[in-house]
This record gives sequence, C-alpha cells and structure tokens, in this order.
Amino acid sequence: MILDNNKRNPSNIVSSEITPREVFENRRQFIKAAGFGLAAGALSTSFLAQAATVVGGETKGDGVLIGRANAKNQTTKATKLEKIPAYKKTNYGSDEKLTSYEDVTTYNNFYEFGTSKSDPAIHSTLFKPRPWSISIEGEVKKAKTISIEDLMKLAPLEERIYRMRCVEGWSMVIPWVGLPLASLVKWAEPTGNAKYIEFVTANDPKTMDGVRVPVLDWPYVEGLRMDEATHPLTLLAVGLYGEVLPNQNGAPVRLVVPWKYGFKGAKSIVKIRFVEKMPLTTWVKAGPSEYGFYANVNPLVEHPRWTQSSEKRIGAGLFAGRIKTKMFNGYDEVGQMYAGLDLRKNF
Amino acid sequence: MYAQRIFYAKCVIWALACMPIIRLIWLGVNDDLTANPVEFVERSTGTWALIFLLLSLSMTPIRLLTKQVWQIQLRRLLGLWMFFYACLHITTYVWLDYSFVWSDIAKDIIKHPYVIVGFIAFLLTIPLAATSNAAMIKRLKTKWKLLHKAVYLISILAILHFWWLVKKDVTEPFYYASVLVVLLGIRVYFYLKKVNNQV
Repeated sequence: MILDNNKRNPSNIVSSEITPREVFENRRQFIKAAGFGLAAGALSTSFLAQAATVVGGETKGDGVLIGRANAKNQTTKATKLEKIPAYKKTNYGSDEKLTSYEDVTTYNNFYEFGTSKSDPAIHSTLFKPRPWSISIEGEVKKAKTISIEDLMKLAPLEERIYRMRCVEGWSMVIPWVGLPLASLVKWAEPTGNAKYIEFVTANDPKTMDGVRVPVLDWPYVEGLRMDEATHPLTLLAVGLYGEVLPNQNGAPVRLVVPWKYGFKGAKSIVKIRFVEKMPLTTWVKAGPSEYGFYANVNPLVEHPRWTQSSEKRIGAGLFAGRIKTKMFNGYDEVGQMYAGLDLRKNF
Repeated sequence: MYAQRIFYAKCVIWALACMPIIRLIWLGVNDDLTANPVEFVERSTGTWALIFLLLSLSMTPIRLLTKQVWQIQLRRLLGLWMFFYACLHITTYVWLDYSFVWSDIAKDIIKHPYVIVGFIAFLLTIPLAATSNAAMIKRLKTKWKLLHKAVYLISILAILHFWWLVKKDVTEPFYYASVLVVLLGIRVYFYLKKVNNQV
C-alpha cells in the first residue's frame, strides 16, 4: 500500500518566531563567557553571570538557566525536509502511541553536534547529508561504494514503528522509514570470513562542532554480529514521519536496532566494514564497565548510573511516572539469537 | 550600622532565589519543559541547590579576603534557599520520577553511586536546616559550629553527585567543582597562614 504520509500537522511555528542563527549564536558566546566566569572561581563573577544570564534569556540545555527550555523554536523546521515519495506501511508498532515529531527531533543524543540533548537540533544546520555515499570494505568479494540514492533502491522502503530505549532510561516510539540492513548485506556480498559488521560514522569538524572536543574517540564506531545485522528487525533508516531524516537524527542514513539500547544506532554512516573479529565500539572503549558490545535492552542487568528495570516515555508528561522495561525492549523474537549466551556477562 | 545594607542584600537574594521556581512554574504552565520535563526539573532544582550551597560557602572567603564581615549574616538565608531547592529536587525525584514507588527508589539509591552520595548529602542538610534558628545556635553553642562544618562534606558529596551523574562530558560539573576548590582553597590558605604565624 502506498501512502500519502502527511500525518503530521503542518508546523505551527511562524518564521518570525524562529530565532535568527546569529542571535542565538551571540547568546551562546555570552553563555560561554559566563561559564568561564564561573570556572575562574571569582565569586562575584559567578553570581553576576547567573544574574546576567537571566537577562540574556538563553539556556544551556539542561535546565539551569533562565530562558526557553526547548530547542524547538530555534531550529526545527528552519529548513523544509523532503517527503519520501513512496513506502510500504507495516504492522510493526501499530498499537503504539507515537512520540511527537517535535520531541523526536529536539531531544537527541548525537555528540558530534554537542553533548546536550538540544545541541543536535541547534548545531546541525551546517551539516550536508547530500550528496552522500557509503564505502563498503573489508571481508567482501569486492570493495565498493554505494550512493544514498542507490541504497534507497536496494529494497522497497517501508515504515516501521519501533520503540527506542535509551541506556539513560528514557524511551520513544518512532515511525522510521527505511530498508532492512539485510538487503545491503546481500548486495555487499560478504565473504565467509565476515562475522561482524562495523559501522563508521561521519566525522567532519567543519560541520560538526562536537568532534572538535575529544569527548569520545572520533569517529563514532558501532557494530553488530552478522546474525543481528541480517535479522529482519534491523533497519537502515533514511527517514522518519514520512520525511527524509533531519540532520540531528542521523541524516542521511542511520542504523536502527530496536531491541538494543539507542547508542547502537550509528548515525550518518559513511563506512560499513565486514570484519572477522568483534569491533571495538566507541562506547565500549569509553566505558567498558558500563557499555557492552551487545547492549541488548535488559531490565535485569543494572547500569552503574541509570535504572534499567523501568523507563520514562518521552512525551508522557510530568506526572506519568515510569513504565516497566521489557527484555529485548519487548522484541522477544530476537531471543533465540542469544541462546546459550550469558547476557549478564555479555551485556 | 550595616542593618540597611543587610536588608537590601536580603531583598536581592529573595528576588533572585524566587526566580528559578517561578520560571519552572511558568515553563510548566506553557508546556515548555523540554521533551523530558522530569529530568529538566530535576536538573534545574539540583543545580540551583548547588548554586546556593556555593554562595553560602562564599561568605567566609569574602570575609577572609576583604576583612568585611557584614555579609556573614546572609549565610543562613543562602543556606536555607539551598535547602529549599534541595527539597524540591528530592521531591521531584521521589514523586515525579519514581511516583512514590519506594521499592524502586530504594533499589535506585543502593545500586547507583551518584544517587547514594546525593541522598547522603540531602540527609546531612536536614540537621543543618533544623538547627539554623537563633534558639538552636544558642543552645548548641560550640557544638553548633562543629555540626555546621558538615557543610564541607555536603558540598563535596554534591559535586560528586553531579560528576558521577554525567555520562561523558563533565564540563558543567567541572565548573562547579572549580568554584568549590577555590572556596575551600581560600579557607585552607588562611588557616595555614594562621598556623604558621603562631609558630
């Protein structure tokens, strides 16, 4: 079934409400200055900085300072995104209540654009998701490159409504548009030695503010075991809500593995390597005691920071409380892949 | 002779201290508390508790550096505002985050180091707030001074709470930690100077 996908209400933000880029960048400069005031430890300065920031009316994103809390009025819809002309609807998640487009696109973990949740929406405007191609390397019959346009023709695009559970204890329900990763794997013609796939993502200091800071070991690398990669649930997403992916959500193509924590979903993929050994992924490198290669959603394995037995659903409101987290994020069909594997050790 | 100055300073503190809570209510009414409103309120109240804690800790360094003493009388007010935001912080946690599900709260506190230190810090603020009135100061005499030294421990635990909460980018807790280091450092410097002079 081909759908017209205009489900979302047209944006109700008039252009005059959108803060011009220079204005908020100036504000951010000011905030930085205020921050250094604090760091200098000059007491009166720190106090004045706080007070002055009140006047400045900008927020750093984590709810400290006075001003608008959301990134929404600053960027979303500053540029109009292209609609994806045709895709199949599927039954995945048809009983779920979707997280709003606004929440999906303004509350993001995409450290290449900054570490606060509102940063990616604000700081990804310079990023150019087209033209784009992915280089296929490693244990394949022949190394090759595929353009985003050709990638989107490898299989019929389909909409999959998936739950996304972040390791930080929150979750969303997102209508992705994409194609099974399996179709790309087939096209790539991996050799018998290919046991894992490594995903390398964009790392451009010119358009990605965050990679100038060594918060993580750039470029961001993720990986999957071959059976996980070819599982029918595993998706290469090229769009959401019927439109091409916004930059802050990993344009032009990202990985979506709904039974794993969100950080497994490598964004803005530039290279796919077929390898024999388990790839050393970015978060495993950053904190091997906290993040595992598998990173399957598992309410029984605690994280040193966040409760994993329950989660907050984004958009549910201030008084909604928490919901129970399900094993494999409720995607029980993947369980058989891990038969015999100690999921406490291989978290 | 400083009565008027103190009065005005207290007015300023009250006005500034009310702003974060008014702002949260305003943002809440306008449905503008970001996609994750509970986290936003938790972060905001926690940060303001920390800011007031650092402000209350800065009165003594000001005395040591400037020889001014009048501002010491602002310390209690700043400390009580810290307690106010700390109470809002923990209320948000217990109510909005965990909906009073005590078993989950207990598990969260025991299993997560950043929650443990934050929780201990909050517990330690209770006796300080409770003994902050003039009657208690009189009654406890020298013990009062000793008891209120707990604020140093509270401040270190509060910084740890923030630091351990952060996934990777510790810039923000680093700023606050730097301020605390300076505030405690000034005390240590003057203490050592005094000790040296006596020798």
